[in-house]
Amino acid sequence: MQITQAQTAQSPWRFDHYFVPLVIFLGLLAAIVEAARSPDPRMIMQAWTFGACMAAFGAWYMKTYVGRTPADEKNFYADAVIKAGVIASTFWGVAGMLVGVIIALQLCFPHFLYFPDLPWTNFGRMRPLHTSAVVFAFGGNVLITTSFYAVQRTSRARLFGGSLPWFVMWGYNIFIVMAGTGYLEGISQSREYAEPEWYADIWLTLVWVCYLLTFLGTLWKRKEPHIYVANWFYLAFIVTIAVLHIVNNLAMPVSFLETKSYSLFSGVQDALTQWWYGHNAVGFFLTAGFLGIVYYFIPKQAERPVYSYRLSIIHFWSLIFIYIWAGPHHLLYTALPEWAQTLGMTFSVILWMPSWGGMINGLMTLSGAWDKLRTDPVLRMLVVSVAFYGMATFEGPVMSVKAVNALSHYTNWTIGHVHSGALGWVGYISFGALYCLVPWLWKKKLYSNALVEWHFWISTIGIVLYITSMWVAGIMQGLMWRAYNEFGFLEYAFSEVVLAMHPYYIIRAIGGLLYLTGTLIMAFNLWKTATSGQPAAAAQPVLAAEAA
Amino acid sequence: MERWAYEDVLAFAQSWGAVYFTLMFLVAFAYAWWPKNRARFEKAAHIPLKEED
Repeated sequence: MQITQAQTAQSPWRFDHYFVPLVIFLGLLAAIVEAARSPDPRMIMQAWTFGACMAAFGAWYMKTYVGRTPADEKNFYADAVIKAGVIASTFWGVAGMLVGVIIALQLCFPHFLYFPDLPWTNFGRMRPLHTSAVVFAFGGNVLITTSFYAVQRTSRARLFGGSLPWFVMWGYNIFIVMAGTGYLEGISQSREYAEPEWYADIWLTLVWVCYLLTFLGTLWKRKEPHIYVANWFYLAFIVTIAVLHIVNNLAMPVSFLETKSYSLFSGVQDALTQWWYGHNAVGFFLTAGFLGIVYYFIPKQAERPVYSYRLSIIHFWSLIFIYIWAGPHHLLYTALPEWAQTLGMTFSVILWMPSWGGMINGLMTLSGAWDKLRTDPVLRMLVVSVAFYGMATFEGPVMSVKAVNALSHYTNWTIGHVHSGALGWVGYISFGALYCLVPWLWKKKLYSNALVEWHFWISTIGIVLYITSMWVAGIMQGLMWRAYNEFGFLEYAFSEVVLAMHPYYIIRAIGGLLYLTGTLIMAFNLWKTATSGQPAAAAQPVLAAEAA
Repeated sequence: MERWAYEDVLAFAQSWGAVYFTLMFLVAFAYAWWPKNRARFEKAAHIPLKEED
């Protein structure tokens, strides 16, 4: 669908035509000042990195926007930025999972790819690189990309802001580069999942506010009277992440020319703020955002409306009201007041209800069309993801119960739990969405369904190996830590516990390697779809031909 | 007005917090199950399935 020139190219004044170049200019200026004046060699490295990113963004912007209207602006929907997001998501997925496999192998064989002369090859620096790359780089790009796709289609309106969505896409990925290179240089504010320092946090705040504006502006322009439920979940994710990010990162830099900063919080307030942030990063980034994918992509791929729209409303309101209180379960048996620990535990247990309501809603969308699980591997991936959502949100409340947490906390059980959510739920829903988006955007048939089958089964075996080995390792670890001998002394030295976990670490690394293999198969399949796939039949969706 | 002690804040949160949450849930529930909204939500559920492009 085309819109007339008058609506785009000849608009007399556009905010984004001034805003985006201004930000690039100021960004370059800040990079030059920091590189020239900073006494901190790591800040100088970061300044050069940021400057290079800004230069690349600026060059792209000039080529695309200065003196011309990009072809994409003549289409009804802004899809070019979504295509870029699909590519970024796939790239970061492979990169983040690769780093995961490397650090998993380092836990088995401490010298694997670790060179004492190269401090950035150390586990301590690569671990946040892995977590940020999979959660924020892969997951974040998937969320921005799918939200841009879904909000346009369900609003029947083009993305708001002209080149503003492009600023969000570039800006977010520049944040990722700053964060990742910073970790490797040893820059961290030591807050889990919020490691980037103050300057990167300020940049992300700017990008995130623009993301919110893009999303709200699109909803504002909508032709569809009702705001579809997927958009509510996306909006809750965007708004909450803005609040969490700003509050948790309130800090005072040592100097504006140095990387180091100090948090405004201290002691137990600091810990609680961090885990209020940390758990809601799980609740709103890794759950609410991806539920937006569930409520748009599953109905679309299954060609059926969601099982119960009313249930989705209850799911939404109860999820966002309850999740925000669950953070204290990360601080059981600490200096946090007892009542706050109980509150965190209670809300975590109550979360069973909305989580399972949502899971049932997602799964039952298939009711009457269960045969599609056999014929459509993409839909199967989406649906198995919802099953993993149910499993992970069952396990989480169990682990938040104080008696269970006494055994599970600080052990590999937690790692297993996180990965059943991350690999099974977030990973699979993202893969499913990418398998949908590439054929839809490039208007091609998916290159190979057989390769999707291979991806599905290889990575499913990988997940099973990963989570079962971590259950065994974690429970064993917890039991060994608390074992006393007949004289009342601890039965095992810490090193004996580490040694006992070695075989399970190897099984976990194999599981991760299988999962990475699946992702590489997907990247190949998506690449072939975009570059040499068959043109799609006139009607969407892609798999209609096979299903019929 | 006297300053609230820690225990006062606690008592307030533990009683009125429960009332507040119950009320919010009832509001959401009533909105979702209100008979007049039924047709609207039925229609809304089909939004992703409409033809596009």
